[in-house]
Amino acid sequence: MKWLASNYGLVWELMQAHIALCIPPILIGFLISIPIGWVANRYKLSRGVILLVLGLLYTIPSLPLFIFMPLVLGTPQLSSLNVVVALTIYAVALMVRSAADGLSSVDKDILQAASAMGYSGWQRFWRVELPLSGPVLLAGLRVVSASTVSLATIGSVIGVTSLGYLFINGLQRSIPGEVITGIVATLLIAVVFDLVLVLIGRLLLPWIRQDRTSARAARRRAVLIAEGAR
Amino acid sequence: MNLFVEGFAWIFDPANYSGGQGWIVRLLEQLAYTFGATAIALLIAVPLGYLVGHTGRGRDLAVSFSGGFRALPSLGVLILLGLGLGIGFKAPLLTFVIIAIPPILAGAYAGFEAVDRKTIDAARAVGMTEWQVVTRVEIPLGLPLLIGGIRSSLLQVVATATLAAYVSGGALGVFIFDAFATRNYPEALGASILVTALALVLEGIFALLQKLVVPRGVVAKELKDVRQRSSRPLAAAGVPAQEGK
Repeated sequence: MKWLASNYGLVWELMQAHIALCIPPILIGFLISIPIGWVANRYKLSRGVILLVLGLLYTIPSLPLFIFMPLVLGTPQLSSLNVVVALTIYAVALMVRSAADGLSSVDKDILQAASAMGYSGWQRFWRVELPLSGPVLLAGLRVVSASTVSLATIGSVIGVTSLGYLFINGLQRSIPGEVITGIVATLLIAVVFDLVLVLIGRLLLPWIRQDRTSARAARRRAVLIAEGAR
Repeated sequence: MNLFVEGFAWIFDPANYSGGQGWIVRLLEQLAYTFGATAIALLIAVPLGYLVGHTGRGRDLAVSFSGGFRALPSLGVLILLGLGLGIGFKAPLLTFVIIAIPPILAGAYAGFEAVDRKTIDAARAVGMTEWQVVTRVEIPLGLPLLIGGIRSSLLQVVATATLAAYVSGGALGVFIFDAFATRNYPEALGASILVTALALVLEGIFALLQKLVVPRGVVAKELKDVRQRSSRPLAAAGVPAQEGK
């Protein structure tokens, strides 16, 4: 507590850097995942191949991936782009499963009814498939958000500023309070991100409130998918 | 690309892999952490997960726990425990046990939950005791998801074990942090390649194992729900689509 009181400014600065590091991977990851998830869901063969490749990407440990990035991207070693791209890869690897899962959770009879009413494939996707898979997508995005916020701390190990700085500095100077502050601040960002996502979900998918059970089931599924217990 | 070659050159230099400080020993340390922490986590998480799965109580709590745990920064936990327990293997091991618990817990209870309620009712109807229902129906049928959870926790620990070197806990991270201190990029790269290869090999072995241990009847059921079938073929054949399906 004493440490926090005298270093309030530093913590706030690091939190801002941390947030700036986390938002692009979460957003870009989400946007990339939807089309990939759609392709994965559409064809049986592509589903196997895509999920396999993403599974392997997700298997690469974060610290090595951060270290590989400058070589792959040609960026300077201290560039925050290394961490952003690596976190985006993880976000995609996690999110595509949820996207494919969400799209396949839409009742096929509803899709046929939409086609029968004259929706084109494109219209059907935007007006029927995407909104109806919303709760599952949202649940998946919440998992991605929590995971990204936590992983971004590792960026500090390769010198990219994030809340992880408090861990490393706290270790060097043997200040448990600093490390605890870092953990709490990371969790705080994760909780705020989560609340924002839930709120966005409430606004965009108002029917979730009526249908609590299926929203809860979607959350459960997404968490289990991420834990490999699908 | 040239640097990747240097990374591999670092790996295959005998001076780097042999001896007590070589990467073979460090790799074994990494594996010891991985299997040690996962084994301890199994002892804690499996009974707990089975309890939640069998009774259906605390399910939402278990989900929030697993979901929320993702946000916990492992580096922070490791360093905090390192400051508390001192340098060495204790703090890393404890951290990795904490990391390994949520996936196994999720796998254990999800495995039970995935068992068809009708199957359990049938087991009770033929006179199985509660204990028999657990050991002969729920545990075997829940196995695929439990193994999925174990696989995922092994992967997370093998990845995170790289950080053990931060609190002087050994394992392959030693080379990465040493490389950062001496600005030896090939060494960091070589060690990173080793960690990645180790994770990929473990993933491969467990993917295979998962296929082998799963009872055949369970596989047949899993294949079915790859994609929900449309009811049109039924309706077209003159059979009315089922209500509420």
